[in-house]
Amino acid sequence: MEIIDKGTVIKKGAEAVLYKSSLWGLPVLVKYRRPKPYRNPQLDHHLRSIRTLMEAKILSEVKKLGIPAPAVYWVDLEQCLIAMSFLEGIVLKEALPRLSEEEIKDVFFKLGEYAGAMHARGIVHGDLTTSNVILCSGIPCLLDFGLSDFSKDLEHHAVDMHLMVRALESTHYSLKDLCFSSFMEGYASAAGEHYAQLVKERVNEIRRRGRYIEERRTRD
Amino acid sequence: MASSSKVLVLGIESTAHTFGCGVAAGNGELFSNVNSEYIPPKGGIHPREAAQHHTQVAVGVVKEALRRAGIVPQLLSAIAFSAGPGLGPCLRTGATVARALALALNKPLVLVNHCVAHIEIGRLVCDLEDPLVVYVSGGNTIVSAFAEGRYRVFGETLDVALGNCLDTFAREAGLGHPGVPKVEELARHGRVFIDLPYIVKGQDVSYSGLLTAALRKLHEEVRLEDLCFSLLETAFAMLAEVAERALAHTGKKSLLLTGGVARSRRLQEILRAVAEEHDASFHVVPPEYAGDNGIMIAWTGALAYSHGLTTPIEASFVKPRWRLDEVDVPWR
Repeated sequence: MEIIDKGTVIKKGAEAVLYKSSLWGLPVLVKYRRPKPYRNPQLDHHLRSIRTLMEAKILSEVKKLGIPAPAVYWVDLEQCLIAMSFLEGIVLKEALPRLSEEEIKDVFFKLGEYAGAMHARGIVHGDLTTSNVILCSGIPCLLDFGLSDFSKDLEHHAVDMHLMVRALESTHYSLKDLCFSSFMEGYASAAGEHYAQLVKERVNEIRRRGRYIEERRTRD
Repeated sequence: MASSSKVLVLGIESTAHTFGCGVAAGNGELFSNVNSEYIPPKGGIHPREAAQHHTQVAVGVVKEALRRAGIVPQLLSAIAFSAGPGLGPCLRTGATVARALALALNKPLVLVNHCVAHIEIGRLVCDLEDPLVVYVSGGNTIVSAFAEGRYRVFGETLDVALGNCLDTFAREAGLGHPGVPKVEELARHGRVFIDLPYIVKGQDVSYSGLLTAALRKLHEEVRLEDLCFSLLETAFAMLAEVAERALAHTGKKSLLLTGGVARSRRLQEILRAVAEEHDASFHVVPPEYAGDNGIMIAWTGALAYSHGLTTPIEASFVKPRWRLDEVDVPWR
């Protein structure tokens, strides 16, 4: 068996360390879930291996839906690493302030489409934020399926969307309405108007469920 | 001894189990911090009973805070009180005391958000400019960082707070109050890790499922030490994960642990490791400022008062569901 050379570190994320390396002559991104020294070893290995496996599975699954995402080349469940195609581009979180209104609408419409298509297929991304989208020649590609899961549950789909809302509110406050309305349009086009409305209502319910929400006062 | 030339604020805390009073100056001098905690004879905190406790101790606590500060009340610039979030009856007791003082002394009233106060006292005593904050207590579990004029919430509990989860478990396990140190003490003798629900939804955590599962295990054939160990490891690892993600996302160079559960040694150990992983410094609020206290309200009141944030008595309603990210923070 070939041993993957992890190559050079390009990013130390919270979940994993990313390396740029090469495999079979192709440039690859190696995502390595390092052991967390502060975590109970049993819990740690369980979390790391299950997330590695799920990420590899779902990265392949979304390919069937036409969603731009890295291709999986290699999976090692013992070490908890995945080698995938290396995408060149700019992370949406950084690119967003420099995009025109039209470009923003286009990007968020597409992201909405991706989310809608995934949910219709019973897949949740689990960490849908602007940090996990990379613009490759203007096309948004989805990254980091490390927290993704299979679920047909409306609640899980709504949590996915709620994450995007929260990311917009906390990081791109002034653009949040524009981004979210385009996202919803794209979502409805892929998952259907009716389902989009159901998810949106559930998102509002989740927000009301949060602690100390103003709207909840009406129920007191 | 405080002089008359500076901003001097008396602060009152009464959001939950603690009635506290402190006096702080606008330059960060902390003069006194007197707190009385209500400990229920059995069960959890009943808001009405806690409020009755606050009523009984209020006069004594305020007098003692003024005595220790060594000032006459006329020297005060303003009266601050914790207006939320918290238990309605408890909040109203503190608010009534604060209004009475403001009226009697003819001083302006300042409304302070309890969560902001936990952050500000931590920033002051740990001398931090712009930390990522992990605020954990009986009522709150929040990962927050400052951005665009407010403390933004990067992650929080979707249901019960970390302290509430651990305290409830401790109570049901017959470990008494306060729960966290007792669970932690037993956990030190844990050997076997028991699988419990580990629930992280994006940036948020959910402790209700963990609590239910842990309570159920109490009736099974497991060692209590192992259960305490597994509960703590699981609960803290969940928090560490969202804190780590927020640290990586925001790129903050320091991590501040504040709130009552900040006293947990194991949690400190875990978050210190998280901070080191991301080249951030780690800071924990000293024990006397970790739990609910009056001085944090006084200090945050002084910051707010210095920026003209006073509220007329007729508008000084308590806000039991006042969110951290609803508060404008003009002093930063």
